[in-house]
Amino acid sequence: MAKSDSDSESERPDGLIARGHHDMGGLPAGRVEPSEHDYAEWERRVDALMVLLSGVKGGAPRLTVDELRKNIEAIGPEAYEKMGYYERWVTSITQTMIQRGIVTTDELGRKMEQVRARQDVACKK
Amino acid sequence: MQEIAGTGQYPTRHPSVPTQFAPGDRVRVRATAPLGHIRTPFYIRGHVGMIERYCGAYPNPEELAQMRDGLPAQPLYRVRFLQSDVWPDYAGRPEDTIDIEIFQHWLERLDEGMVA
Repeated sequence: MAKSDSDSESERPDGLIARGHHDMGGLPAGRVEPSEHDYAEWERRVDALMVLLSGVKGGAPRLTVDELRKNIEAIGPEAYEKMGYYERWVTSITQTMIQRGIVTTDELGRKMEQVRARQDVACKK
Repeated sequence: MQEIAGTGQYPTRHPSVPTQFAPGDRVRVRATAPLGHIRTPFYIRGHVGMIERYCGAYPNPEELAQMRDGLPAQPLYRVRFLQSDVWPDYAGRPEDTIDIEIFQHWLERLDEGMVA
């Protein structure tokens, strides 16, 4: 697809980029190669986490799709390109839970330490 | 402000800002780039299209993304653009169109006699 003529506005005087990195509609790109693949167990879990937090299965919604999108779009361009679909999701879900105060940064850091220690023990067995 | 009753396909029961446009109205998409979560694609900003239909009023996603309620709801329209207007080197048929759903606060009325 051709470039839109509004691309000339993509740089702003304040140095911020007008076009969000994710907002790539119309930019030159290669062919879309459709392919099927199985989901890893952690990807299924991230999907389930999203469904449960959104409240569609009942319970208070703790995340909107708009917050999910905002925090996916806030991922830096380089990381955005490297991350897989569900890696972006879990990054965004985590950010949203911190912003909402459902978990604190400190709680998250301590839990990550615990999980890492558990994995280290499991690996040594 | 007006209350819009549920319409079946697009149930909306939120206090909503009044609709400003009707099918057939010519509108221009605002060419702005604020920070935050935005549903109006970058490539369509600044372009002129025609209101195809009113889709209902929904809490503003830009506000929902910031953990606010997004009320009063914003009217959402399906807006039709000519592909050849949007893409300068469009190689398809001249009558080809693209429809994009855009919230009212991103649209401004194109005055009569204004050149598109």
